[in-house]
Amino acid sequence: MSRTLIIAEHDGQDLNPSTAKCASCASAIGQEYDIVVMGSAVADIAKQAAAIDGAGAVIAIDAEQLSKPLAVSHAAEVVTMADGYSHILGPSTTYGRDLMPRIAALLGVNQVSDISAVEGPHHFKRPIYAGNAIVDIQAPESVKMVATVRVASWKALESTGSATIEERSAAASASSHTRYVDLQSGGGERPDLQIANRVISGGRALASKDNFDLIYSLADLIGAGAGASRAAVDAGYCPNDMQVGQTGKIIAPDLYIAFGISGAIQHITGIKDAGTIVAVNKDADAPIFEVADIGLAADLFSVIPEMKQLLA
Amino acid sequence: MKILVGIKRVVDYNVRIRVRSDGSGIDTDGVKMSINPFDEIALEEALRIREAGLAEEVIVVSLGGNECQQQLRTGLAMGADRAIQIDTDADLQPLTIARAFFKIVEKEQPGLVLMGKQAIDGDNSQTGQMLAALWDRPQATFASGLSLSGNTATVVREVDAGLETIEVDLPAVVSVDLRLNEPRFVKLPDIMKAKRKPLDVISMDDLGVTAENDLKVSHYAPPPKREKGIMVEDAAQLVAELRNRGLV
Ligand SMILES: Cc1cc2nc3c(=O)[nH]c(=O)nc-3n(C[C@H](O)[C@H](O)[C@H](O)COP(=O)(O)OP(=O)(O)OC[C@H]3O[C@@H](n4cnc5c(N)ncnc54)[C@H](O)[C@@H]3O)c2cc1C
Ligand SMILES: Nc1ncnc2c1ncn2[C@@H]1O[C@H](COP(=O)(O)O)[C@@H](O)[C@H]1O
Repeated sequence: MSRTLIIAEHDGQDLNPSTAKCASCASAIGQEYDIVVMGSAVADIAKQAAAIDGAGAVIAIDAEQLSKPLAVSHAAEVVTMADGYSHILGPSTTYGRDLMPRIAALLGVNQVSDISAVEGPHHFKRPIYAGNAIVDIQAPESVKMVATVRVASWKALESTGSATIEERSAAASASSHTRYVDLQSGGGERPDLQIANRVISGGRALASKDNFDLIYSLADLIGAGAGASRAAVDAGYCPNDMQVGQTGKIIAPDLYIAFGISGAIQHITGIKDAGTIVAVNKDADAPIFEVADIGLAADLFSVIPEMKQLLA
Repeated sequence: MKILVGIKRVVDYNVRIRVRSDGSGIDTDGVKMSINPFDEIALEEALRIREAGLAEEVIVVSLGGNECQQQLRTGLAMGADRAIQIDTDADLQPLTIARAFFKIVEKEQPGLVLMGKQAIDGDNSQTGQMLAALWDRPQATFASGLSLSGNTATVVREVDAGLETIEVDLPAVVSVDLRLNEPRFVKLPDIMKAKRKPLDVISMDDLGVTAENDLKVSHYAPPPKREKGIMVEDAAQLVAELRNRGLV
């Protein structure tokens, strides 16, 4: 029974990169792993999952009741297949954070949130207090291990494999008490923050929605994703899915550039794993400079246009 | 309808926490403690629902030692009608906390349970979902919008892809995000009034909930430090530096 099950995440079209990151964590745990893809018309997505290196089998469950990412129905389904597995992993994305605790409680076990490193099959590291402490966690070996994988800490496994795909119908019954209405996506065509190699972020200093065009235009120039501080999102300068930090997205791009962001711990926790952090802030004492690899104490409203000229 | 609100006592979000040098835990001596910021938002939402005439009673619940009565009193001062302390000195994990909440839910029969989307100490983000599972009821996590109509709640959820709207039948568990509302300030007379509001204490043992199969935390460490960076003088130097490092 020492096998790991990974819950795949997708948007109905494409597999989310978080799945290959969970696979990376699963291989560090050192057991064989399978991937379950739940949804409707998931054949293509199942193929993408089957390509992830080292996947044992991909279980594709096609059912109307699973067509939307609702935790109630997805959790009920996963529980029906839990028997064959010692470990069940999902991503630390909002999908996984919503779903995995429901699975854990239905199975009557505790959950490890945000695995950032694996020390052994039941020994993990995870951040707490907005990343200000890293703890070693030992999970009991006598019960199933349910966990979320901190996606920013793991590199996606390559996709050169071809696991077998097993198609199944849903085993759990549909529940009518929870109904999906719709999704309004805030982002445009820019790369997803959680996969982008480069991210350009703006803070409260941008001072208006219009000024955020500065951030977008610089991001587009270098093919970067666009992020923001909570203050900028709260003020309505940009959509909520751009928020980076403890309560937004935890990201790990190669390059992160923060314009007019002070560097509150809740923001820093979201970028700690970035390769290079650049900060532009007109206050030379701003705390963001303590974590920046490259700092520039200057006015963003002159720096961004200059950078655009130099990079064009 | 009754609304139950989970309130956790945590290190204030402004405090820079320190890991004890022997790795045994976090130094919380003399540190400012507050209501978990998300829980304050959960309570504010509950109060607004009651003020809109859609609920009769708001009950704040906290699991912890006697010191968490301070946060419950703050909750009462904000406007909750009564408080329940589940008395325990143990450092409990979300499953056990959810089981304890479920006992209170069975007794009080609330139409809605509001919780924070995460406690900012453990950053677990589990308790609400676990309670919903044990209760076999709907969950709506990361709420930034909530409206009630009859037996249904329409919840706008902040998800990675944007704003998702779902509809759930009551009773349900909703966990709240930061943009749901702005909590009110507590006024001095309300603090006085709160002293007379009922605060019941129930011991974990009396609830009949015991922790099992706990995860064990064996070591605490500060996060790895980033190497000290450099300062550049202007945009030209910045771009040159980025080019040098092959980043653009
Ligand atoms: C529970 C909780 C969770 C939170 N979660 C998050 C989170 O996930 N993400 C997050 O970001 N925050 C989060 N916060 C909020 C966080 O504490 C800060 O309030 C927020 O990050 C501040 O945003 P800011 O840096 O844009 O604004 P400010 O702190 O106001 O900083 C603005 C900065 O811009 C600089 N500036 C002003 N004008 C210019 C200019 N022309 N050119 C250059 N620089 C300029 C100023 O010097 C200042 O440093 C959370 C808070 C709480 C309580
Ligand atoms: N000890 C506690 N007392 C009261 N409420 C709690 C407690 N622990 C967790 N909660 C509630 O559960 C939410 C999520 O916590 P967590 O799952 O620990 O991130 C919190 O925001 C609270 O609303």
